[in-house]
Amino acid sequence: MTNTATTPDGLHGTRRSLTGWGRTAASACDVVPVRTAEDVDRALAAAAAAGRGVVARGLARSYGDAAQCAGGIVVDITGLDTVLESDLDAGLVRVGAGVSLDSLMRAFVPRGWFVPVTPGTRYVTVGGAIAADIHGKNHHRDGSFCSYVTRLSLATPAGRLEVSPESDPDLFWATAGGMGLTGIVVDATLRMVPVETATMRVDTERARDLDDCIGRMAERDGEYRYSVAWIDTLSRGSRMGRAVLTRGDHARLEELPAARRRDALRFDPAVRVRVPATPPSGLCNPVTVAAFNELWFRKAPRARTGELQSISTYFHPLDGVGAWNRMYGPRGFIQYQFVVPFGAEDALRGVLTRVSEGRMASFLAVLKRFGPADPGPLSFPTAGWTLAIDLPVGSPALSPMLDALDETVAGAGGRVYLAKDARMRPDVLEAMYPRLSEWRATRDRVDPEGTLVSDLSRRLGLVSSPRPRRGARRGRARSSPKAKQSATR
Amino acid sequence: MGMPQTAVVVGGTSDIARAVMRALVARRLTRIVLVGRDEIGLATAAKELQTLGPIEVDTMTLDVTDLGRVGAVVADASARLGQVDLVLVAAGVLGDQASVEHDPDAVARVFTANTTGPAAVMTAFATMLREQGHGRVVVLSSVAGVRVRRANYVYGASKAGLDAFAQGMAEALRGSGASLMIVRPGWVATRMTEGRDPAPFATTPDAVAADIVAGMERSASVVWSPRPLRLVFAVMKLVPAALWRRLPG
Repeated sequence: MTNTATTPDGLHGTRRSLTGWGRTAASACDVVPVRTAEDVDRALAAAAAAGRGVVARGLARSYGDAAQCAGGIVVDITGLDTVLESDLDAGLVRVGAGVSLDSLMRAFVPRGWFVPVTPGTRYVTVGGAIAADIHGKNHHRDGSFCSYVTRLSLATPAGRLEVSPESDPDLFWATAGGMGLTGIVVDATLRMVPVETATMRVDTERARDLDDCIGRMAERDGEYRYSVAWIDTLSRGSRMGRAVLTRGDHARLEELPAARRRDALRFDPAVRVRVPATPPSGLCNPVTVAAFNELWFRKAPRARTGELQSISTYFHPLDGVGAWNRMYGPRGFIQYQFVVPFGAEDALRGVLTRVSEGRMASFLAVLKRFGPADPGPLSFPTAGWTLAIDLPVGSPALSPMLDALDETVAGAGGRVYLAKDARMRPDVLEAMYPRLSEWRATRDRVDPEGTLVSDLSRRLGLVSSPRPRRGARRGRARSSPKAKQSATR
Repeated sequence: MGMPQTAVVVGGTSDIARAVMRALVARRLTRIVLVGRDEIGLATAAKELQTLGPIEVDTMTLDVTDLGRVGAVVADASARLGQVDLVLVAAGVLGDQASVEHDPDAVARVFTANTTGPAAVMTAFATMLREQGHGRVVVLSSVAGVRVRRANYVYGASKAGLDAFAQGMAEALRGSGASLMIVRPGWVATRMTEGRDPAPFATTPDAVAADIVAGMERSASVVWSPRPLRLVFAVMKLVPAALWRRLPG
């Protein structure tokens, strides 16, 4: 849905209806593409001058409404796609915020450097990775993405700022997981990690139920750099939470068969199939998903060690299926991801019980262990168990169930991941993110007028004064004097 | 999904509207502007909602047949909320068929209250929602407009007009970030129908409200309440006129 009108601010924008990866909660925004840091500065200044909200958007892999601003300006940063500097001895790279992890891997894996943290998809930008302070299967050992960012350049309504954990720790860590609300990252310097091969060495085992799964993870995760469990959410009763654990590390050169050692760093993944724009409906229902889950569980070996897998097979299996988010049909889906601290296993069990008893068809449910949190007040990962579940939208039972799960999670001292959220109630936010006011204070320092706005920030009241601010007011006089009064209330 | 946090209700004293507001306050609705003709009724409705939790309810008087005031009231209601997630259009009158059907002025008044006024209100809100880039209009139509009956054709025809208008507006809003949902309730036990004999599939305001909320969850474009009426009326539309006029009720 596009029209090619230019925004009234003279910015070359296109009005478009946007959603996140979950394809729920569409809103229309004026999308302004940028190619340079100066373009970003101009877009921010124009938005501020026009009293319009603005937020950055990368590859739109956040599931909910974080990278859109209804009626406002959305700065498309995918044009900031240049690798600016690289030091292949130290493994340091300075890249534009629009560079994707996919291009980073394609450029640097062949030279022996891997990204420090990768989520389940390579199609995220560095800017988005910072804004969500993303994690991977190695969080229990290596922490989250922003721990590997040594500096960044941040365009804010207060001007462009050079920020590092040393120069301005408050602003740096408010930006880490700050959902784009402290400014627009223009470029950043990352510390990559050395690898000898582009191959993973993976151990697979099955767990018969949730307790077996968390027992195995707690006991032996420390031996692996990467660890994840796929959980069958449709198994109930004594088999509830049965799982397939896949854990591993980058294969060392001598672990490859001799024939593959010469080209050990070759990295060239491809999209194999695409989901059509209108997939056959009714693909995702409890029957088909139960059959898939049964197959998936049975297909996994009871125990297998030292299997060699490609990076994309281990980390990004769904990247091989283009537009897989269409699978769930036109109403889209929710990915519910939360973390609860160690010791709150009952809450984890409670959530999984509720989901499996609710017979919500979910292909994808993933359990991981997080290590200690980094200093970001709004950063999601914190020591404990994190579960991510994909749930199709449509059942009237879904949102009341999720509201109840929020209570369970918050009550256990846990939190929901904002980069996945499209539906949470604003009143549970403070319980989940107790350092919210600290974050707001830092944010307000660089954006006192509240120019940085997203649908997420409006919905959850993230920004301190949720004052009436409509993206597209366009300075039109209101029709009654009373309206003016109430607008300033 | 997309459960509203702010709402404007036009026809704020309507029993169905009040039931919808109660159901949504239980979810996450916290700021409401009730617009209606009857100041005292609005105050009562506001008070009732405020007993449900810490929510802000504002009231504004407007008779939707006072077409000259529609634009200003819509602008004011929108400004009070800042962001409008939901506009519920529930204004309407039943009219006594026997007494209005020979009175040209009375027929015109029913159409202004049920069709012209709501269409003007929806137009003003749709313009605002387009600019805002998000939000949903929910319009109370009626099964009475699906196939009009001798016994209530003035009311039925006025709702048929509104329903057709809403269908067109729903198409026009596609891709704008805003959307529109049409609700076609059957016979509902409300103050509007008090003292009349219930029709088959009679329902209650709370049941209609539950159907509306469920429709919002799945982003429905049309909600029939109760749901079997969709099938019933698919058949009714095909019934020959000779039989149709003999059906009871």
